Amino acid sequence: MNAVPKYDPLAFGEQALKLRTYRQQVLANNLANSDTPGFKARDINFADVLKSEMAGVTRSSGLKLASTNSAHLAGKVSIDDPKLLYRVPNQPAMDGNTVDGDIELSELTKNSVFTESTLTMLGGTIRSRMSAITGQPS
Amino acid sequence: MSLLASFDIGASGLTAQAMRLNVTASNIANVESMSGPDGRPYRARQVEFSSIVKEGGPGAGVAVTKVIESNTPLRREYRPGHPKADSFGYVDMPNVNPVEEMVNMISASRSYQMNVEAMNVSRQLMLKTLDLGK
Repeated sequence: MNAVPKYDPLAFGEQALKLRTYRQQVLANNLANSDTPGFKARDINFADVLKSEMAGVTRSSGLKLASTNSAHLAGKVSIDDPKLLYRVPNQPAMDGNTVDGDIELSELTKNSVFTESTLTMLGGTIRSRMSAITGQPS
Repeated sequence: MSLLASFDIGASGLTAQAMRLNVTASNIANVESMSGPDGRPYRARQVEFSSIVKEGGPGAGVAVTKVIESNTPLRREYRPGHPKADSFGYVDMPNVNPVEEMVNMISASRSYQMNVEAMNVSRQLMLKTLDLGK
């Protein structure tokens, strides 16, 4: 059993949401290209990418890299390359297309459910912090 | 914002599939058109899809790059009394294959539906995101 790493829930939620919407884009692109000859379906390994993104975030102490010298360049926390992978096709088409509409649609639906749960958790965090700030029960 | 981008991607898919439907409709409508503006029989047309790729991004949808005419031989029909018949009594008819066109039409309509579904999901998520923290 892996120890659960302690992340700031706000930063974690933000990264998770960014990745979820990014994955939404990848899956939408797969669906749009379901009839393009030679197109290969792409996807990301969400858990792996999120883990590495979070490691980057904690290493850079939240938002920016610590600098000990004025000549140091500011690092930026972004999801420039979340490592797009290729989906292993079940039954590739004759034209080299590997998009399977059923798989992509079910992944899309799963992704949207997980996005909603992330939003719910993030909303809860924000609400509880608001009630701590204002002293009023939310 | 990625969710807005997935809207654009879905829209590109809808446009491309709608164009494919248009071409199919044109083929079916012209299944008996034995002379076009150039006096030649109608030739079945197909759209060519290609994916749009942006540097470093996950892909930006699909586009119709060109409409190609089918090279399959024209259908020959024996109609000796026809004014366009050759010396053997045959006339050239369009090379439209109705079965192929129907299959193409169903495939395009399914793909269109999938893109609509993807856009619906994105829309739902955007509305949920607007409610964040409330």
